[in-house]
Amino acid sequence: MADAVQSLGRSTDLDAVARVTAAKARVARRALRARWGLVAPALLVIGIFGIAPLLITIVYSFLEAATYGGVIWNFSTEAYVQFLFEEDIFDETLHFSWAYPQIFGRSILLALVTTIFCLLVGFPTAYFMATRPPGQRTLWLFLITLPFWTNLLIRTYAMFIILRDEGLVNNGLIWVGFISEPLRLLHTDFAVALGLMYSFLPFMVLPLYAALEKMDFRLVEAGYDLYADRWQVLRKVVIPLAKPGIVAGCILVFIPSIGAYVTPLLLGGGKELMIGNLIALQFGNARNWPFGCAAALILLAMVLVALLYYVRSTGAKQGLGHG
Amino acid sequence: MRFFKTLLASAAVLAFAGAAQAEGELHIYNWGNYTNPDLVKKFEEKYGVEVTIDDYDTNETMLAKVRAGNPGYDIVVPTDYTVKIMIDEGLLAETRPDEMANFKNVDPKWVNVYFDEGRKYSVPWQWGTTTFAVDTAVYGGDIDTYAILFDPPEELVDKINMQPDMYEAMNAALRYLGKPLCNNNPDDLKAAYAVLKEAKPKWRTIEYGMIQPLVSGDVAVSQGWNGATMRAREQKPTIKYAYPKEGFSAWMDNVVVLKDAPNMDNAKLFQDFIMDPENAALISDFAKYANGIQGSEEYLPAEFIEAPEITIPEGAPTPVFVPLCPKDVQDKYSQIWTNLLK
Amino acid sequence: MAEVSLPTRRKRGRDLKKQGGFGTVALLCVAFLYAPIVVLIVFSFNGIKSTAQMEGFSLEWYGNAFENEDMQHAAWISLQVALVATVVSTAIATCAAVVTTRTRPWRGMTGSYMVINMPLMVPEIVTAIATLIFFALITTALGVQVGIAKLMLAHIVFCIPFAYMPIRARLEDMDKTLEQAAADLYAKPWQAFRRVTLPLLMPGIIAGAMLAFVVSFDDFTISQLVAGPGETPLPVYIYTSIRRGITPEINALSTLILVASILLVTLSFLVSRSRR
Repeated sequence: MADAVQSLGRSTDLDAVARVTAAKARVARRALRARWGLVAPALLVIGIFGIAPLLITIVYSFLEAATYGGVIWNFSTEAYVQFLFEEDIFDETLHFSWAYPQIFGRSILLALVTTIFCLLVGFPTAYFMATRPPGQRTLWLFLITLPFWTNLLIRTYAMFIILRDEGLVNNGLIWVGFISEPLRLLHTDFAVALGLMYSFLPFMVLPLYAALEKMDFRLVEAGYDLYADRWQVLRKVVIPLAKPGIVAGCILVFIPSIGAYVTPLLLGGGKELMIGNLIALQFGNARNWPFGCAAALILLAMVLVALLYYVRSTGAKQGLGHG
Repeated sequence: MRFFKTLLASAAVLAFAGAAQAEGELHIYNWGNYTNPDLVKKFEEKYGVEVTIDDYDTNETMLAKVRAGNPGYDIVVPTDYTVKIMIDEGLLAETRPDEMANFKNVDPKWVNVYFDEGRKYSVPWQWGTTTFAVDTAVYGGDIDTYAILFDPPEELVDKINMQPDMYEAMNAALRYLGKPLCNNNPDDLKAAYAVLKEAKPKWRTIEYGMIQPLVSGDVAVSQGWNGATMRAREQKPTIKYAYPKEGFSAWMDNVVVLKDAPNMDNAKLFQDFIMDPENAALISDFAKYANGIQGSEEYLPAEFIEAPEITIPEGAPTPVFVPLCPKDVQDKYSQIWTNLLK
Repeated sequence: MAEVSLPTRRKRGRDLKKQGGFGTVALLCVAFLYAPIVVLIVFSFNGIKSTAQMEGFSLEWYGNAFENEDMQHAAWISLQVALVATVVSTAIATCAAVVTTRTRPWRGMTGSYMVINMPLMVPEIVTAIATLIFFALITTALGVQVGIAKLMLAHIVFCIPFAYMPIRARLEDMDKTLEQAAADLYAKPWQAFRRVTLPLLMPGIIAGAMLAFVVSFDDFTISQLVAGPGETPLPVYIYTSIRRGITPEINALSTLILVASILLVTLSFLVSRSRR
């Protein structure tokens, strides 16, 4: 490219223009090859080992369930029908049933609550970490992730001890005198939300930290110079700059927490099914693999639609205003 | 950067070094926390074989893995109904334990079982019953009835744990109503559903861990197995195992050899090995369940043999094995269970 | 008028980076994260068998942990798989992020983004079963037992999106002027990448790697179905013991792992310090 520009001074304008165009085209092709070359490993690995299993899932969802688990190779849409309709025990007519949509709805709501809580707690934490002196920052990263090098199950049992009727929280509150009877904390939706928030906090904090850490604080200073108060600076300067981190964090928390099932099971008491339990049940006692696959695909479709919407909107923005 | 590269390299070396084949191996795939390490050590020393043990937590997980294509296990330990499924699907090797040296030690009543007549494939590992355990410090009355679970007395309300197993729940409900099991009758099913639905608000949790919550007092009643109850009783002597007069189930876990086991000979040796009374005693001593081998009582402590969880008291009904129900019944149970928990 | 109000504003805004209350939230957050850890460590010294009630003091569980070869082996497998999965998935994710962020939309970019995030969106149990079947098909077709590589591959697949997102978050809207300056100084693209982009990207890469490690180390559902003989990782070992009852032995092991990680981190910190 540099040569082409230099040679402009030597030959006729038309030749020069042709050479520059050709050079640009070469660079563009090389860029395209580099593009595909770099993204290829990701696509290949996920393509083969992620998509192929997905295809198997799709195929299985259109088969019949075998009596003892597994599938029979007969085409059937029964799995999808089962999602919305169930056979009445008495007269075997199909009638619309809210059971599965209800389970889906509950999980999605819980995931939403978890994401919001994680954001409310994670954002200040990430901001605080990003504003520490440079040497300290990596240390803070380790500090935040270290608890998660222990096993989820043991941490959850530790939460039991804290939340039980005779646990630390209740004993503490009684001792201080706030309450006289223990509060029912364990085996409630509150415990589940708390447990999920605990599990997913690093998934919110780390992307937020990554985005905030590069923020140019001169912009914040400019905000203050323009007589903005703290909240305005936050709202109009910091948050927009942190937006990629916020979005990444929300995606990494919301989507996996829809399918979470160990934490809701242990902390919630297991009296209400979540999507994760429901699907796991189909591969367990219920012996209905096609329905398990179908439910998973329905969930996937819903998430995909939401994600597509997000990518389209930011992708368009990026295309328009970039230099 | 270099640090990570060396780390990666050493990890790879170690991973593949582990795959170096040793002389004489045996790969056992068993329930978690169910195999006595002393038993394994004894076997290893006797036959010079290196044993690996991997764990699963449900029959269905194990079955899914084996069906997909055996990843290299020799021995698995399925529960009775799963043994039948595996035999019918041709997944097992017909090792003929009934022709092995130690077969004479097998208790005659466990030889002709519904899932393996004459024991051509399987050897008993442990067997037990499933009912529920009650903390008698909280409730001192008669516990030998399913009314404890479905129509509990005041003191036990909101302190009950059920197993997240739809068959155990349905069987208990059907027995409580005096109806037959594997039931396809719409009226019976509706009644069972009603019983479960009404009882659910009185339960505290539906999960598998029974020892912890019972001992800590979070629950006072828990559906569960006899051996687990014994382990709970060790920590809290007021816990008592119930024998409902309406009837209850027994189950048996068995050692079988997979059809394409890489170490067929060692696997057969293992099957023979555990039919020896002294070794069977080691098995029982670990998880606290009875084994199916005669003569092992000599090697077990008296308090184990005479424990109320192991010796079924006079007057209690005989436990029954419950084979898997036909598909349409399974689906109905599934529907009921989902509606219960939605 | 400006002269009157300016001094007060300047004083309040002196510590620009500080947002009141944020520090408190951060510290509370850390306290929240570590409370169960402290409980966990305390209970590893429990005098009785329970993981729910504490009575007395005992080192019995540490003794058991040192003797429990199966549990140690499981921890070792988990560590190996997590390390490999972290390194590979972070490398792959970095390449993918560089190419799908901060550029004008190219054909297939949205599709690539979807594919990269696909493992995130499918419930684990389904991925587990499908991956099991898939690997079984491959094994029968090729006739070769792949060993622990199966488990590592499966982990790499679901770790990629977790490494990708923080890197992308870092990269999006990152100032291009430094890289443009490098190009103006006749730096080749690869040099510019290595000397300018990569160091700028490093906090994102580290964040991504940590997430990937955490996710891999704790995975149960997929590992349970994909692992072969002798490859039982730690979460599977622990979960499958629930039914028969767990003991504080596991607390002891977790405490040991925590101590080892802290030592490792301190060591690497000191080493990097001295090198600088």
